Amino acid sequence: MSPLEKRLLNEFQHGLPLSSTPFAEVARRLETSEEQVLHLLGTLQSRGYISRVGPVFKARRIGSSTLAAMAVPAGRLEAVANYISSYDEVNHNYERHHRLNLWFVITAPDQERLEQVLAEIEAHSGLPVMSLPLIKSYHIDLGFPLWC
Amino acid sequence: MVLTERDYRLIASIQDGLPLVSRPYAELARQLDMGEEEVIGRIAEMQAAGIIKRLGVVVRHRELGYNANAMVVWDVPDERLDEAGSLLGAQRCVTLCYHRPRRLPDWPYNLFCMIHGVSRKSVLAAIERLIDELDLDGIAHQVLFSGRRFKQRGGHYRHSRSFGEP
Repeated sequence: MSPLEKRLLNEFQHGLPLSSTPFAEVARRLETSEEQVLHLLGTLQSRGYISRVGPVFKARRIGSSTLAAMAVPAGRLEAVANYISSYDEVNHNYERHHRLNLWFVITAPDQERLEQVLAEIEAHSGLPVMSLPLIKSYHIDLGFPLWC
Repeated sequence: MVLTERDYRLIASIQDGLPLVSRPYAELARQLDMGEEEVIGRIAEMQAAGIIKRLGVVVRHRELGYNANAMVVWDVPDERLDEAGSLLGAQRCVTLCYHRPRRLPDWPYNLFCMIHGVSRKSVLAAIERLIDELDLDGIAHQVLFSGRRFKQRGGHYRHSRSFGEP
């Protein structure tokens, strides 16, 4: 990865100019040519390092969601995780190295369905689920930190 | 901001990225039968309204070697929560920062943030730096590194009138 590529990846994750020729503006800041910027962005994309140059939308607030955690005996982790992942309402499901070793996010059309999914997971696994819904976000999204 | 059908057409055309050409907004305008100024103006409005959080390079961090991630949970005294949350949430190396409820007695932690890195070592070093720089050394915390990823489905924009935090 060249220094120029690193700067392109890290310094332009937000604030792409809303001018007629945004990449010429990026090139000016990097003291290179617009042609070079477009070429490098295309290469970084084809190598799979960037998914796109474009907007990141605020997540939609539809219905109810929560972050849930469970302490699952090690031998049952995969089976319980697979059962949880089978729900369409579950979009993230991770093992974490902690007594509470399974963490997942449930997003349902309404609170009633959310509670139903939580109850079904508890009934199916025979284990309690701790639900931690978002109260407030403090995060300012400036992009993913590289070389931070 | 109330979105119009024209906004939804514009959103559909940009959500997978701008064309990598010299005048991307003019190219979009041509495809959508709009003016270049209208395209730029509507994107600017969506940014101002917070519907678009940022506009720029969207990296694929796993492909760049960022495979370690830690959820760091903090037990912040209620009177310091807004201060600590705002400080942590504004750090470049923090990718999420949420207040969630305590579940006493098992779970005393009320502030969650996510930190990514190329290795556990670099993530732990970043956490130490945050504690030092933000004066958080009196606040109890735990670091939960991720293990297996059983499911992750990215959010894609769908037709909807409402936006907010998940």
